[in-house]
Amino acid sequence: MEATRNYFFSDVGVMLGRSMRHIFRSMDTIITVTLTPIAMMLLFVYVFGGALGAGTGNYVNYMMPGIWLMAIASGIAYTSYRLFVDVRGGVFERFHSMPISGSAALWGHVFTSLVSNAISLLVIILVALLMGFRSSAGMLNWLAVAGILALFTLSLTWVAVIAGLKAQSVDGAGAFAYPLIFLPFISSAFVPTDSMPAAVRVFAENQPVTAIVDTIRALLSEQPVGSDIWIALAWCLGILVVAYFFAMRAYRRRAA
Amino acid sequence: MPNNIIEVNGLRKAYKKLEVLKGVDFSVERGEIFALLGSNGAGKTTTIKILSTLLSPDQGVATISGHDVTKQPQQVRAAISLTGQFAAVDEILTGRENLVMIAKLRHLKSPRQIADDLLVRFGLTEAADRRVATYSGGMRRRLDIAMSLIGKPQVIFLDEPTTGLDPEARLEVWKEVKQLSANGVTVFLTTQQLQEAEQLADRIAILHEGRIIAQGTLAELKQLFPPAKKEYVEKQPTLEEIFLAIIGKKEAC
Ligand SMILES: Nc1ncnc2c1ncn2[C@@H]1O[C@H](COP(=O)(O)OP(=O)(O)O)[C@@H](O)[C@H]1O
Ligand SMILES: [Mg+2]
Repeated sequence: MEATRNYFFSDVGVMLGRSMRHIFRSMDTIITVTLTPIAMMLLFVYVFGGALGAGTGNYVNYMMPGIWLMAIASGIAYTSYRLFVDVRGGVFERFHSMPISGSAALWGHVFTSLVSNAISLLVIILVALLMGFRSSAGMLNWLAVAGILALFTLSLTWVAVIAGLKAQSVDGAGAFAYPLIFLPFISSAFVPTDSMPAAVRVFAENQPVTAIVDTIRALLSEQPVGSDIWIALAWCLGILVVAYFFAMRAYRRRAA
Repeated sequence: MPNNIIEVNGLRKAYKKLEVLKGVDFSVERGEIFALLGSNGAGKTTTIKILSTLLSPDQGVATISGHDVTKQPQQVRAAISLTGQFAAVDEILTGRENLVMIAKLRHLKSPRQIADDLLVRFGLTEAADRRVATYSGGMRRRLDIAMSLIGKPQVIFLDEPTTGLDPEARLEVWKEVKQLSANGVTVFLTTQQLQEAEQLADRIAILHEGRIIAQGTLAELKQLFPPAKKEYVEKQPTLEEIFLAIIGKKEAC
């Protein structure tokens, strides 16, 4: 047991290297993940922008956090997909019959999710810069933004792990992400919530995306973050803990 | 008995209400080729999954090299290699990358060298840097078996290694299995084909309706068969006839 513990990081490293190769060999995953958010940006800024952006200043800046969250939500669908393929294809059985550390295969997918989502976000930021995205925020604020995005990615990744382990079909493995992709629409991501009908507004103001979007927006524009940041962190950590618990349970059952 | 590398006693396994293994006993001697023979759905894969620590039995004990598969899974994993019923190769990686990956996961010193040697041995050098997705069924199986040899396991499990292969590819796999055994590795394989067991195995166990209904060398199994009736040409019973005779007897009582 000791020996295998010592190899945990090297095993996860090998797994990470493997799935990063998968990503770079099928660039369509990065393209698919970035294309929709980028198209959304173009549409919102150049088509609806005039109407939506009234009173919000630079609209690219305004919608940036929501676009990122959307990209992450569609990015993690691929984590489910890759996991599903491994479980069904017998690759996991080979790993599990080898003396490698228990959940290294799973953590490999989790880290891959973090790295591939980071790549997608960088691509989106580059396009946004061309469209006029600007921020005067300093290093510390950017680090905080990166931290929140990483935490959000991590918590949704564990949700994706559950889907990947439990799905009965390839389509099922990715389907859970659709509602997540649309969550930003019923939040403060694209329009202020006070423009929404009462019932929708209650939902919008109390769902995680709004707190996360408001926090990131405040950090980027160097405004005080207020209590939003704590609500955002609480949501992310809460989802992370619950999803991790159920994912690990599903994993042990599969591996048992 | 230190000579038996695998000992299985009273193994039971059910999926919900479906009882697949109803008390399976057998043993495998070190260095032999052992064939578990059974028709589709007999429980061969289930048995292999239990022996390779992927599945826990409901009851019974199985040990490999003296290690209990449920209590000491890591020691068992260090001693074995599994080639599952469906080739467990990474389609997106190249053949070479697949081998290097396994060598790294087994924490061996020179993964590239190990990969190169196996590529030569399995005639995959030319295809080494192509993605496995482009390989034929036979090449895939060869790569799969090559991956299982990394780390010099004492026991190799091959679950229906030739199912779905064309005759030529099947002969290649047979040759490789014999070679493994010649090098002192214990080979545990499953098959639905009597002919395959006859060709390859030192000893055979027949799994039928959740139990081992016969086990032994081909010669021993032949003795279970009622002595051939006096005919003008004396005919050796094939394993198929023995199999049918045994099943027939069981079902008669
Ligand atoms: N995970 C499972 N859940 C339910 N039934 C299963 C499962 N795996 C196998 N079975 C059933 O158990 C029986 C034995 O399966 P298996 O061990 O794969 O047989 P074999 O490998 O000899 O063809 C079959 O009837 C099969 O349908
Ligand atoms: Mg089978």
